[in-house]
Amino acid sequence: MTAWLFGFLATLALVSALGVILQRNPVHSLMALIVTLLVTAVFFIALGAVTIGFLQAIIYAGAIMVLFLFVIWLLNIQAEEREAGHLALKSFGALAAAALVAELLAIAGRAPAPEAAVKPSPAYGTIATLAAALFSHYLIAFEATSLLLLVAIVGAVALARRMPRRRSTAASPAAASVSATGQDVSAPEVSRRAASA
Amino acid sequence: MVPISYVFGLSAALFGIGVCGVLVRRNIIVMIMSIELMLNAANLAFVALGRSLGSTDGQVIVFFVITVAAAEAAVGLAIVISIFRSRETANADEFNLMRW
Repeated sequence: MTAWLFGFLATLALVSALGVILQRNPVHSLMALIVTLLVTAVFFIALGAVTIGFLQAIIYAGAIMVLFLFVIWLLNIQAEEREAGHLALKSFGALAAAALVAELLAIAGRAPAPEAAVKPSPAYGTIATLAAALFSHYLIAFEATSLLLLVAIVGAVALARRMPRRRSTAASPAAASVSATGQDVSAPEVSRRAASA
Repeated sequence: MVPISYVFGLSAALFGIGVCGVLVRRNIIVMIMSIELMLNAANLAFVALGRSLGSTDGQVIVFFVITVAAAEAAVGLAIVISIFRSRETANADEFNLMRW
């Protein structure tokens, strides 16, 4: 990766990451986050981790972000209004984040560079190399991951399930409001038709 | 090939932006997105370090991080939906049910 290409991609990643936290509409934030994830996938591929780069693009930028989009649409979240309060709190948060970045940059600058750039083998980053590591040295962690996913599926369904008791109480006001608005819409329409006639 | 410390610097900046998003924004969904941003920055550091050491372990850890992020997003968004049913808002300041 040449220097100017790195600069271009890093600028793109930083600008889109800033877009995630600066956009007021959650859908726009999500689009900026997808750009950041895709640029990171390009970085992974450029660093030799080809399989992980494609997994990032497919799973992270594809599946997980679609999940976010579904939730935003399901809850019908609109762009939030500009909040007047919490200005001191927000500036403190930004200052704390800037301090953290300065600290991390100092650590990254002080880190001893590797003795010499290790020349990676031709098989570095291929799916065979990754699978060999996953199913030998990391086998127990891999199986624990499958258990984690199962628990997450059951937990998500149990959390998002509507409780039967609450549904019976919530359904009747909703139906009542629908019928009320239906009457409200129809009544002026009828009078308007009567007036035009 | 650019020096590996440049990639670390980019990773640190992305992580800081994620921290800033969690601290500054009050929309719960954008806060979860900022958490994903931080996980992503850590992934970048893992891959860069694995490349500089010629080791596959960094990529394996990134694989696990992506899996855990999927589980975290599913459970977190389920919690958001569950709270939204009763509170009708996505503002984190309104979630005070467990406040002492």
